[in-house]
Amino acid sequence: MRLRFILSEIGIGLRRNLSMTVSVILVTFVSLTFVGAAALLQLQIGKMKDDWYDKVEVSVYLCPSNSPEPTCAGGEVTDEQRQAILDALAQPEVAPYIQEKFEESKEEAFERFQEQFGDQSWASVATVDDMNSSLRIKLTDPSKYQLVAEVVSGKQGVESVQDQRRLFDRLFLVLDRATLLAGGLALVMLIAAVLLITTTIRLSALSRRRETGIMRLVGASTLFIQLPFMLEGAIAATVGSLLAVGGLWLGVEYLITDWLGASVSWIPYVSTSDVLTVAPWLILAAILLAAISSLVTLSRYTKV
Amino acid sequence: MIRFENVTKVYARGARPALDRISLDVERGEFVFLVGASGSGKSTFLRLVLREERASAGKVFVAGKELGTLSSWKVPALRRQIGAVFQDFRLLPNKSVFENVAFALQVIGKPRHQILTTVPDVLEMVGLAGKEKRRPHELSGGEQQRVAIARAFVNRPPILLCDEPTGNLDPTTSLGIMRLLDRINRTGTTVLMATHDDEIVDQMRKRVVELSTGEMVRDQSRGVYGSDR
Repeated sequence: MRLRFILSEIGIGLRRNLSMTVSVILVTFVSLTFVGAAALLQLQIGKMKDDWYDKVEVSVYLCPSNSPEPTCAGGEVTDEQRQAILDALAQPEVAPYIQEKFEESKEEAFERFQEQFGDQSWASVATVDDMNSSLRIKLTDPSKYQLVAEVVSGKQGVESVQDQRRLFDRLFLVLDRATLLAGGLALVMLIAAVLLITTTIRLSALSRRRETGIMRLVGASTLFIQLPFMLEGAIAATVGSLLAVGGLWLGVEYLITDWLGASVSWIPYVSTSDVLTVAPWLILAAILLAAISSLVTLSRYTKV
Repeated sequence: MIRFENVTKVYARGARPALDRISLDVERGEFVFLVGASGSGKSTFLRLVLREERASAGKVFVAGKELGTLSSWKVPALRRQIGAVFQDFRLLPNKSVFENVAFALQVIGKPRHQILTTVPDVLEMVGLAGKEKRRPHELSGGEQQRVAIARAFVNRPPILLCDEPTGNLDPTTSLGIMRLLDRINRTGTTVLMATHDDEIVDQMRKRVVELSTGEMVRDQSRGVYGSDR
């Protein structure tokens, strides 16, 4: 009897305030889509870091013949200098972090350069002597870059040390900013959602003042009186969150997996399974949202 | 059943008290009229019994409980001991007679089979047998008040509060309502009725408590409406 009664009360409430219910659903839908998008962006960044940091190396560029760097004052790197650099890298404090290292001569560098840019007109003026020979070092732990860089930079014969991770930092910065933007929009929408749910519950409570008044009078418990209103908000918010999950799923499936994944395939992308990882949190957020709004409103409008 | 000990109720700080040091004892099974002009404190009295308000000073006991110290989560249990009837009936317009009465049992979680047996019983008792499916707007004022009384009494509370139950009804209809309340009183229910209706009070010859600007000016058994008559 109780359950059936509460369910019918909820049905009445949702239908009576249909337009408000729909707006609650839409606002939670949009806000949680932003929250989900922010979460997926972070997951995407994580995936790319995992994938790319494994592949990147530290490049130690050795002096070419005409470098303005003070460490290159002696002209092109000599065999002695090269040996000193290799010795430095063999020291016990850095050696364990070095997975492998190999040398690239300037001829090899030139070949690779021509391979990459040979079709560009400006590339044709480059000569072998413009290229750096270099040491390519693969680290066991990419975050130990600083340690390795300190050992070799400043040594005679080293023109510069470059961590390839730096190249990605700009991209990650953009993605981080995008996350912030999505998060900020989500926050604004969440505030709107809370206010809207609050208003909806209040309207619903006011439109059923007569019923709740009689309920109080005949001794219905506070929980029994408030439960239909709380569940109304919770149901609307949950429907919104489910729509958000659906929207994200479709977005990832068609925009990322089917489209981006097909055209730019060398990047590891988030997949629909990541959406499902995020989904429970979005639904939880929706329920939490509704619960907070209910507590704020109902304590004031359906007091015993 | 209801006991007031030096009860004072002040709504706004510094204002004249709505009730001023009222002491009163209503025994189980009594029928008491609460009379007095508008603003004399009758409604405040009833609201204190229902614990819609708390006394500013003094103690209110209802059904053996001191309401000043009663925690708010126990208030619903208290209200299940009290039926209440109002001048404006307070029926739900979208529900039938049966549903209006059943509502009172549904919301306190009574099982379905109990509702299906008790509601027809009480409707027959108030004289509405055969009108279960009507909507409130299809009934006369007197019939609507009978529905309200049925709803207040369906849970067999030991106390029935009536706030001017005949205020919107003509004298003949009022008489019928009073007969009904009298019958309910005879089942052992304590009835406390606030009213302006001197004819009814004079006719019934029950205990009369008169309030005037918050003070109790008369407590007379088998009394009449005006003290000067």
